[in-house]
Amino acid sequence: MSGATADPRLTAPRTPPRRRVRLSWSDPVLRSIVWQILIVGLVVALFWYLVSNTNRNLAARRIATGFDFLFQAASIPIGESLIPYTPSVDTYGYALLVGILNTLKVAVVGVVLATILGTLIGVGRLSRNWLVAKLAAVYVEGLRDIPLLLQLLFWYALLQGLPAPRQSLRIGDAVFLSNRGIRLPELVWGPAFTWAAVALLVGIVLTYAWSRRARQRQEATGEQPRVWPVALVLVIAVPVIVWAALGAPFAWDKPVLHGFNFTGGLTVTPEYTALLMGLVIYTAAYIGEIVRAGIQAVPQGQWEAAGALGLRHGVILRKIVLPQAMRVIIPPMTSQYLNLTKNSSLAVAIGYQDIVSVANTTLNQTGQAIEGIAVIMAVYLTISLSISLFMNWYNARIALVER
Amino acid sequence: MSGTAQIDPVPATTGATAAPVIEQRRPAAPTGGPWAWARLNLFGSWWSTAVTLGLGALIVLWGVRFVEWAFVHAVWSVPYNASGQPQTAACQEARGVGACWAIIADKYRLILFGRYPYEEQWRPAICIVLFIGLYVVSAIRRFWRRELFLIWLVTLAVIGVLMWGGVLGLTFVPQDSWGGLPITLILATFGLAFSFPLSILVALGRRSTKLPAVKLLCVLYVELIRGVPLISLLFMASVMFPLFMPDGVNIDKLLRAQIAFILFAAAYLAEVVRGGLQALPKGQYEAADALGLTYWQKTGKIVLPQALRLVIPPLVNTFIGFFKDTSLVLIIGIFDLLTSGKVALSEPVWQAFSTEIYVALAVIYFAFCFAMSKYSRGLERELGRATRR
Repeated sequence: MSGATADPRLTAPRTPPRRRVRLSWSDPVLRSIVWQILIVGLVVALFWYLVSNTNRNLAARRIATGFDFLFQAASIPIGESLIPYTPSVDTYGYALLVGILNTLKVAVVGVVLATILGTLIGVGRLSRNWLVAKLAAVYVEGLRDIPLLLQLLFWYALLQGLPAPRQSLRIGDAVFLSNRGIRLPELVWGPAFTWAAVALLVGIVLTYAWSRRARQRQEATGEQPRVWPVALVLVIAVPVIVWAALGAPFAWDKPVLHGFNFTGGLTVTPEYTALLMGLVIYTAAYIGEIVRAGIQAVPQGQWEAAGALGLRHGVILRKIVLPQAMRVIIPPMTSQYLNLTKNSSLAVAIGYQDIVSVANTTLNQTGQAIEGIAVIMAVYLTISLSISLFMNWYNARIALVER
Repeated sequence: MSGTAQIDPVPATTGATAAPVIEQRRPAAPTGGPWAWARLNLFGSWWSTAVTLGLGALIVLWGVRFVEWAFVHAVWSVPYNASGQPQTAACQEARGVGACWAIIADKYRLILFGRYPYEEQWRPAICIVLFIGLYVVSAIRRFWRRELFLIWLVTLAVIGVLMWGGVLGLTFVPQDSWGGLPITLILATFGLAFSFPLSILVALGRRSTKLPAVKLLCVLYVELIRGVPLISLLFMASVMFPLFMPDGVNIDKLLRAQIAFILFAAAYLAEVVRGGLQALPKGQYEAADALGLTYWQKTGKIVLPQALRLVIPPLVNTFIGFFKDTSLVLIIGIFDLLTSGKVALSEPVWQAFSTEIYVALAVIYFAFCFAMSKYSRGLERELGRATRR
């Protein structure tokens, strides 16, 4: 720049004129500050009022506060639990943990099964077979419009209407269906199974390594090495061989009728079965619609273009169509998973002891309502936040990378 | 493709016909008529045929069984003894074979109206009709104007008078004895009537750029409510609300559940409304600003009318969800439709016939929800047509 044109007014850094808050109602900054103070003040005052009322009421009714009850022995009988639990010995905190695990047990299994059933329904609605498409549509329409609680009560009543253990419905002499639940034979676990499981784990890791190598090879040379034969050998054949080499032990612990009930074997309680059935069947209707929308969102041209590139059918589905459908599917699917988890709280209506049910009993026994409900809310907020964080991470990973 | 392969590659040179010999083709499959339709849509391939046959067999088998259970072997009424007790021997005999619809015939008043005084049950019946009329009127687009607000106010006031009574020569009926379908409709209707305006405020607050503290409050409210199940809010309403109130103030249980329900619904509706606000093109906001409109003029006259129109279908879907969710008040012991169904089952002679009651309740819920979802889809198509132009 030549010195002749250097005008200090032009080269000086331009700072915006300093805004000053004028004490006038026509100043938007002042207005926004006043409004915020008013609204936040109102909310704080309301809370203050409620809290002070609560404190006064708690003092008047001599209700203890704080979470000391978590360390007292709980006299809550819990029908089923993933970890050993003895009423009147273990603490309330431990009982609540049992409840949390029961909630997770139904939520995790429910999410997996609902996804499978929902995908089938969604694909079924797009089937070229008229009967399949109509049946899937009737399923979705019918089950979405009936309250979940009513469905749960219905399934529970149906399971309770099954015959007593002595007259139970049976498949062979291994599986028994009665009003006490489903009795299944249990595999007798031995060292051979442990080693087979180790072999399976190693196989999965090796398969993953192989598929990575195959991908690198494809990127380098354009060849598409097959992955599935290797996977078949590593994941299925090797563990089976390990198991067979260790003597192929195989024994079932079969349920046997003793007096009025069964002994031995695995039990799935009617409460758990009814809750799981209700949740899966109800949520699958919603997931079906999501899957259908996702598949319809991928244009037919994508299939044709990928085919024209010479990709295999499976590769097209995995690498072209599903990733695009997933982008449409994931966000609504996340909210369905969250819904299923939150809906599992309806367990309290049919006597499955999830966290809500255990916390409810706790607050009835201790009288500490606020703490009990705080526990329920904290647990669900944690679960909801974890699911949405995970799904957001997954969604970001598969999102369209735009320039 | 197959057509070209069938053309003779060596044309005949000797004959007078130089044209390529074309193999005789099978006549084209008929394109019309039920048989062609069935061949295309039911028996397209061997796989499709197998599925059709399998499913068809199941449908026929179960359909016949269901008709036999529900109609052929069903027991429609049972005799009563001298003291008015139902004699359910016929039902017990038909158990597992035929439905016992006699339980519905015996209990339908209890299921629909709960413990409302028997002679006065015409009042809740009129209320149900009024509620349905209100929904129908609100669904017709011709009535979407300011007067609709007035209609709602008047109808809800009339419903209140009918349910409570105590004026105009009607006997007073305390809220404890209300029950059945009116409770479900009250929870759903009042819940939506109050949560909808609240949700608009929350959505506007969440979108606000000038009021960060208010925005934070709204985000916290929405995310906290959406993160916990409705049950925990209802528990809160039933066991914690009494602690919140000053001494001597005692809020009725139904009202407490109603408040919890409004707070719950508003959080979900706020997210739907926010979707509409976000979908509105930015130019609309800027144009309104350019006209020099104040915030509330801009919001009330430009933004909301368009944004809400965009989200009517998801709003109706959310309404359907809330209508179903009202059944959760069963857990805190409020006498709604589902609860009265369960109470009807508590009588020892009827205990075994839960399926019939649940089927009847499902039909009622289904009728309301299906009507709403059909309406929502029709509306979506209609509004979609308007914007596609």
